[in-house]
Amino acid sequence: MAKHLEIHDTWLSNPLGSYGSLSNDEYTDLGLKVGLEIHQQLLTERKLFCRCPAGRYSKKHNAEILRHMRPTLSEMGEYDGTALMEFKTNKEIIYLLNNDSVCTYEMDDAPPFELNPDALDQATAIAMLLECKIVGEIHIARKQYLDGSIPTGFQRTTIVGVDGAIPFRNRKIRIRQLGLEEDSCREVSDKGHLRTYRTDRLGMPLIETVTEPDMRTPEEAVAVGQILRRLVRTTNSVRTGSGAARQDVNVSITGGTRIEIKGVHSLRAIPRLVHNEVLRQRTLLGIRGELERRGVKPDGIKDNFVNVTTIMKSSDYQSLQNALAEGATVMAVPLAGFDGLLGLFTQPRTTFLKEFADRIRVIACLDDLPNLASSTDIVPTFSSSQWHKIVKICGVPSETPILVVWGAEKDVHTACQEITIRAREACVGVPSETRQAQEDGTNGFERILPGPDRMYPDTDLPPIQLADERMAKIAAELPETPWARQAKLCDIGVGADLAERLSRHQAYDLFWHLAKRLDEGVIFNPNSLASLLLDRSCPQQPNLEAAGAWWEEIVDRIVGGKIIPEGVWNSNHEPKTAIDEMTGRKLFEAMLAEIPKDGPADGRRREDFVMGHVMRKLRGKVSGRTVRSWVKEALP
Amino acid sequence: MNSDWKGYRDPTLALLREHDAKVWSQATIHTSRGDFTGLILPRSETADPEHVVLKLANGYNIGIHHDTVSRITVHGRKEAHYKIPEKEFPNDPAKPRVKLFGTGGTIASRLDYRTGAVIPAFSPGELYGSVPELADICNLETEKLYGVFSENMGPEQWIGTAEAIAREIEKGVAGIVVGHGTDTMHHTAAALSFMLQDLPVPVVMVGSQRSSDRPSSDAAINLINATCTSATSDIAEVMVCMFGPTSDQYGLLHRGTRVRKMHSSYRSTFRTLSDIPLGKVDKDGVTPFCRDYNRRRGDNKVTLNTKFDDRVTLVYYYPNMKPDIIDSLVDNGYRGIVIGGTGLGHVNKPLYPALRRAHAAGVALYMTVQTLWGFVQMYVYETGREIMELGVVPAANMLPEVAYVKLGWALGQTHDLDEVKRIMLTPVNSEITEREPHNGYLVFQGGIPEVDEFISQYWK
Repeated sequence: MAKHLEIHDTWLSNPLGSYGSLSNDEYTDLGLKVGLEIHQQLLTERKLFCRCPAGRYSKKHNAEILRHMRPTLSEMGEYDGTALMEFKTNKEIIYLLNNDSVCTYEMDDAPPFELNPDALDQATAIAMLLECKIVGEIHIARKQYLDGSIPTGFQRTTIVGVDGAIPFRNRKIRIRQLGLEEDSCREVSDKGHLRTYRTDRLGMPLIETVTEPDMRTPEEAVAVGQILRRLVRTTNSVRTGSGAARQDVNVSITGGTRIEIKGVHSLRAIPRLVHNEVLRQRTLLGIRGELERRGVKPDGIKDNFVNVTTIMKSSDYQSLQNALAEGATVMAVPLAGFDGLLGLFTQPRTTFLKEFADRIRVIACLDDLPNLASSTDIVPTFSSSQWHKIVKICGVPSETPILVVWGAEKDVHTACQEITIRAREACVGVPSETRQAQEDGTNGFERILPGPDRMYPDTDLPPIQLADERMAKIAAELPETPWARQAKLCDIGVGADLAERLSRHQAYDLFWHLAKRLDEGVIFNPNSLASLLLDRSCPQQPNLEAAGAWWEEIVDRIVGGKIIPEGVWNSNHEPKTAIDEMTGRKLFEAMLAEIPKDGPADGRRREDFVMGHVMRKLRGKVSGRTVRSWVKEALP
Repeated sequence: MNSDWKGYRDPTLALLREHDAKVWSQATIHTSRGDFTGLILPRSETADPEHVVLKLANGYNIGIHHDTVSRITVHGRKEAHYKIPEKEFPNDPAKPRVKLFGTGGTIASRLDYRTGAVIPAFSPGELYGSVPELADICNLETEKLYGVFSENMGPEQWIGTAEAIAREIEKGVAGIVVGHGTDTMHHTAAALSFMLQDLPVPVVMVGSQRSSDRPSSDAAINLINATCTSATSDIAEVMVCMFGPTSDQYGLLHRGTRVRKMHSSYRSTFRTLSDIPLGKVDKDGVTPFCRDYNRRRGDNKVTLNTKFDDRVTLVYYYPNMKPDIIDSLVDNGYRGIVIGGTGLGHVNKPLYPALRRAHAAGVALYMTVQTLWGFVQMYVYETGREIMELGVVPAANMLPEVAYVKLGWALGQTHDLDEVKRIMLTPVNSEITEREPHNGYLVFQGGIPEVDEFISQYWK
């Protein structure tokens, strides 16, 4: 390869490592910042802006409605980038309606009804748990979406609190905002120029928790996600189950761009997604560096689209043959200066070329894959003589990479424009995008990231006051935060790890109920009680509501000396009765005499062997510590 | 109220003045719930005077109760200027000239995201920016006649609109479009049908059911359909052009005298009653459904007759209606009363003396049906015969609102009740039809299996 086309950045020459191959320090060096946006459905009877029942999902539908979305111009005389992109796709959108779950409101055939007051109270409670500043008056905003996921073309959304924080390890994770908004439709299919949605989920109340990008590693991101999930569940006002919570992950590295990865259904998927996005951004920055060194500039990349339909008519490449039979146009786009770059891996199993293929699929709607052929493909698509002809007709040097697209003429023209747009963006760095999480931990292009300007006030409903009285009532009914619980537990002597676990365990209430009894000078302490409740399998559930009475009785009997704590760890339903030391000692002596002569001869192992033997009769009746001291005495 | 404090009243106004925190200031407001930083926005006049509106950096607006505020720190100020960049509507000499009159309603708009304002777009340049497809159809000129909510339209505006349309037709134009609020579009359509007769070109009324700022709005499609109709169709009538189904499939063209808004919010709310629509319009153009309509002519002549006596009223009968209602109408000088009667055109007996008295006083009395569909037929029952004997004239199958408009127009021509009757009962344009076809009344009930089956298949 010509010298100026050599790759200089060693990052680009080394294979990409999977999650686990980068250390925390390496993430810090790259300047990784991660933020979370968690959408959580509230557990209400009805939807947010109408009185339809919430949570009624069905695969059946009674009617279909067809709509199109048009962008609205802003005062700048320009369209929002996302809106323009969606408009380019020119989709027809079909909504499937079920009379049980939607009314005229969802289809934008009636104005909104009063905002669900239960949902508002629940959202306010969660904002308070996150220590947000609560607004004085809720103003409903319209956030535009043109992909069709909301029939009105905008989502009604509100903000309840801002600038909160949660404790995390030795620092805090800042919460930018907590909002209350309506959920969108479920996508059923998206093929070519037709996209179909199901409307049952539409309009259900969601809270949106947005953190600042305060997480520094993939592991921190999932840990914070879990803390936030547990926190909202303590209110008992969120839906659980598949699809009830969704998260988006925002990832950026130094020099890169904030990328929003949407559609992360499981918290566990987060670390790999974050890691792979770090790889992608770093690689794209590396590619930018190479392009810069080669003198490739955005305005140097002209629209150079060459019609090669006649040349390709004789191709035996299957996808192309099928398309040609339907009257497709085939166009070639040479990318001068991109030599050696298209085949670089940006994510595991994903090359830079896919950045182009994704744009072509999403924006030009050429979604019969493969939708793109490259002269640099390792497995050749067209014959070498066809590529030769293409190169000739393009009038470029033979090493110049050339991309070829095919399909309906209008779509192919859009595709060519998108190739050039993406090539120009490659010279600038990481384009601002929303990306879709894939099952394998990689991500794909979804849409251009919308600017902050997509919102304006919804004047169909008046603002709603959140008065001090209403706030006080909500505050009075707030559950304790997990960290407040932890602090209380540690204060009375429960160890840090046990405290963290107990704070989110069903045994929490039972613990306090029983701990009150421990002042009666009892044999065991709060730490042991916590350990007992958390880790030992007992005949009854360690849950105050379910089995409080049984537990009370147990503690009574421990206090009264009838049983020892270990006596509760029994497979029978009833704990063994404790025996006094004298009786116990007698039993011990008797068992000692019956010990088989074989087995380990001496030392610790002899001790354990004997313990194992005698504890068969003494377990749960005499404390293990006491028995071990007897064994130590008895053995030479 | 000067724009520095737009919309704010005491006590919040006093708070803002105290801190010199004018509207459009960047400020931090220190409150008992914490500090909030953002842009101070105007307060809506219909909202309470207790809160300050702040637009946060994240784009959301919030309200802050004045009582919770301890301090406001102003960081700077930049006034808002609502300016829409002007584009020129392209002119193509080969394309027909269409004139769009605005009376109210927002057929197109732009958004100022910085302030959240929805700005109506009306000039040809502004419309071109919002709906560029119009340039493919015609050369568009616009003129704003009125800017009122349609419930505030009345005879004065009907007359003004009819006169403006007539003037334009005489200048020579391919078609007329009238932008109008949807609430009383059918009243205006009826009025224009009487005031403008023998039209040589289409006069198409259009509006939008859902505000034009939203991506899903019916506004743009309605406007495209209406403009296409007025530029190219040979149906030279007053028509209402709005969505057919609630899906974006086609618009319907309804005769101005048989159309009515039938739902408070559905985009498919306009319907032709007791007959079929004139036709449909979609991206393939206009498809007429009937054959009998006034056809486009090459001359620029139209018959303008805007005489109108607005001392007319529409009375919706209900059980136990008392005669004093009718008496007080007569005593207050009304010259014409249209009754929306029950069934085939009935009212209760206690009203008879009042009706007799009204007739004796020379008040014109007409009967229409509350059921909206169907003919008045007052021979069938004794009640009906008695009411006719009192001097009430059956108005066949004229819609109640249309009868009200026509009676005002008829009384504008003459107060000779026989002549008024001749005018009322001689259809100008299908406000009375000779027959009601089977497909003139198709109101299907949901829940019936065959109907639900049909809807699931076709009603997109």
